[in-house]
Amino acid sequence: MSGGVDSGVAAALMAEAGHDLTGVTLKLWCYGKTPLSPRACCTLDAIADAQSVARRMGFPHYVVEAEEVFRARVLQPFLDDYAAGRTPYPCALCNQHLKFGDLIARLDVAGAGTLVTGHYARIGRDAAGAPALLRAADPAKDQSYALALMPYAALARVAFPLGDLHKDEVRAHGRRLRLSLWDKPESMDLCFVPDGDYAGFITKNLGETRGTSPGPIEDQEGRRVGTHRGILRYTVGQRRGIGVTAGEPLYVLAIDAARDAVTVGPKAALDRPGLVTTPVNWLVSSPPAPGTRVTAKVRYQHHPAPAAIEPLDGGAIEVRFDQPQSAITPGQLCVLYDGDRVLGGASIAHALGAAPPAAAMPAAVAARA
Amino acid sequence: MIYLDHNASTPIRPEAREAMLACLTDLHANPSSAHREGQRARAAIERAREQVAALVHALPDEVVFLSGGTEGDHEALIGAAWAMEARGRRVAISAIEHHAVHGAAEVLERTGFSIEHLAATAEGFVDPRAVDLLPRDVTVIALMLANNETGVIQPVAEVAERAAARGMRVHCDAVQAAGKIPIDARALGADYLVISAHKLGGPKGIGALIVRRGAPLEPLLRGSGHERGRRGGTENLAGIVGFGVAAEHAAAELDAERERLIGLRARLETGLRDAAADVVIHGARAPRLPNTVNASFPGARSDHLLMALDARGVAVSAGAACASGAVEPSPVLSAMGVARELAVSALRFSLGRTTTQDELERALALIAEAVRAARSASAAIP
Repeated sequence: MSGGVDSGVAAALMAEAGHDLTGVTLKLWCYGKTPLSPRACCTLDAIADAQSVARRMGFPHYVVEAEEVFRARVLQPFLDDYAAGRTPYPCALCNQHLKFGDLIARLDVAGAGTLVTGHYARIGRDAAGAPALLRAADPAKDQSYALALMPYAALARVAFPLGDLHKDEVRAHGRRLRLSLWDKPESMDLCFVPDGDYAGFITKNLGETRGTSPGPIEDQEGRRVGTHRGILRYTVGQRRGIGVTAGEPLYVLAIDAARDAVTVGPKAALDRPGLVTTPVNWLVSSPPAPGTRVTAKVRYQHHPAPAAIEPLDGGAIEVRFDQPQSAITPGQLCVLYDGDRVLGGASIAHALGAAPPAAAMPAAVAARA
Repeated sequence: MIYLDHNASTPIRPEAREAMLACLTDLHANPSSAHREGQRARAAIERAREQVAALVHALPDEVVFLSGGTEGDHEALIGAAWAMEARGRRVAISAIEHHAVHGAAEVLERTGFSIEHLAATAEGFVDPRAVDLLPRDVTVIALMLANNETGVIQPVAEVAERAAARGMRVHCDAVQAAGKIPIDARALGADYLVISAHKLGGPKGIGALIVRRGAPLEPLLRGSGHERGRRGGTENLAGIVGFGVAAEHAAAELDAERERLIGLRARLETGLRDAAADVVIHGARAPRLPNTVNASFPGARSDHLLMALDARGVAVSAGAACASGAVEPSPVLSAMGVARELAVSALRFSLGRTTTQDELERALALIAEAVRAARSASAAIP
């Protein structure tokens, strides 16, 4: 229970339906006395909101310390990704390790059989009767993309009571059940960076120095056209804040951490025929055959595009789109769908037609850290 | 629910509840009023003052009623430090004091006082010889009578004797000890002694500071002459009456109850060793309260243990809670030098008047189950 509307209403609906509930809020961050935005989902006020749902609905609630795991499994990879020129998606890691990893491991502690969350997604059954992760009924709120790294075994132990509801229905339930949080604003940003200033958070709050030094901005031919302010301030597909003006709008095409360089070019140059992933987390009993047709989603707001998949060594895959896709960004998730069903997901290693980045931390970057 | 958290609070004694109800029904006047209705209310307070004084073998006029342990610790430490400011602006507190004493010391620190800390031994008590080494400008030493987390009884009398020889006063937080072990304020030699009603079967929100005759003290709450000018504010009449009755019953039952609890505690400790052979009981070799067991279960996190026991119907407490409510390692165990791996796996069991042998047997079976569940969860979560 993050203290937000969704998890609050999900819990309240389960309690109303007569389930024996235990509320848990993971303490992911040391809140101290720093004032955070009221929209942030991890503040002390948010914990109080979660507790008030538990009190109103009459079930116990605990705050569970998870700071160390959050740092090790979410924040550190987040930093390492930015330092390596990738654009991480920490929500997926948090879901994988904390919500559907550690919380699942805690079910027996609480004497519970099922983990309930406020995610917009559904659990269905495939033809063989195995549990399947499905898109939410509300396409505008669907969070199946963010859940694609959850362990397959967890599917059998979770429930998503909001999966069939639209957001306005969720708020209406919150209001009907007289939950004080029913009209709280949506949290749009990462919960630990409530003001949306990632670069500022990474450098000021986490003291990160990698990826913060100025370096060259180059065009596609390798000519230096400007100076960037540290690679962690850039992401593939970004247009604003490049600081270079040409005859046509320029976009970030690639980030090369080894050379500390940012490549820019016209929008059309963002198109790529496909991508290569890191090892895939499959949410099916056995990985699909080579050549299987899927739709693939490469960022949260992307409309899934038709593609075919080919297995690579070590559990990775290559995804080839029917039509080139724009701004395929290393570090973001590629999630594979069969209709509404999530087949699996993985982090994007690199786009096809783009040079694969150095696998490990580039020495030049590490030396400056 | 099997309630093994009596150090946090213990159920109110029926006699205290009845007395409070009668008080709320019959006594409506302000105890400071001159008329006979006021005098009736005043009489109820003075009766309770005698009852509370008797529990700790103090004189009734040494008893100052206030809102509880936290206020008592603030009044004693700050009030005494202020009163002796001309002699020095330094106080000493033990490292294992209750948060309330640390809080009072913080208030003093804000106003320019210096704080000296008395270290604890691995067994959880303060070495009285430390008093001889304190800077000479220390005016008050705070040392609790029994630690709330470990139950370890502190050598307050020895500390008071050495303090007196150096002209230093002693404040003793006896909140956790009162009603569990005999207290003789005279023999103890503390100048200030704090007790709280809800730890011994009285209501919450009422406690007492016992100020030895002649001990210097400035009031924190001023503006009216209540409690002989030592604590302003209209008295919590029903609370005081309930406190008095609870204190009287606690005193009457003390010896028999202590024997009974020592027996139950021995059974609990044997059972814990059966449930987890590697259990570590903190302060086991020191004199302890008859009702308190603080034990670490290596490999199981405190918060998991607490949740697992709660889910199975056993209420205990774990370490300290941070602002968010998450369980954190206990500063008391840290002060005793307990390794972090052990401190993060500690639970406090505290027995009380309502605890029965049968309950304890059922609790032990559930504890064994909870330790297993917590260990397997903790193993899965780094």
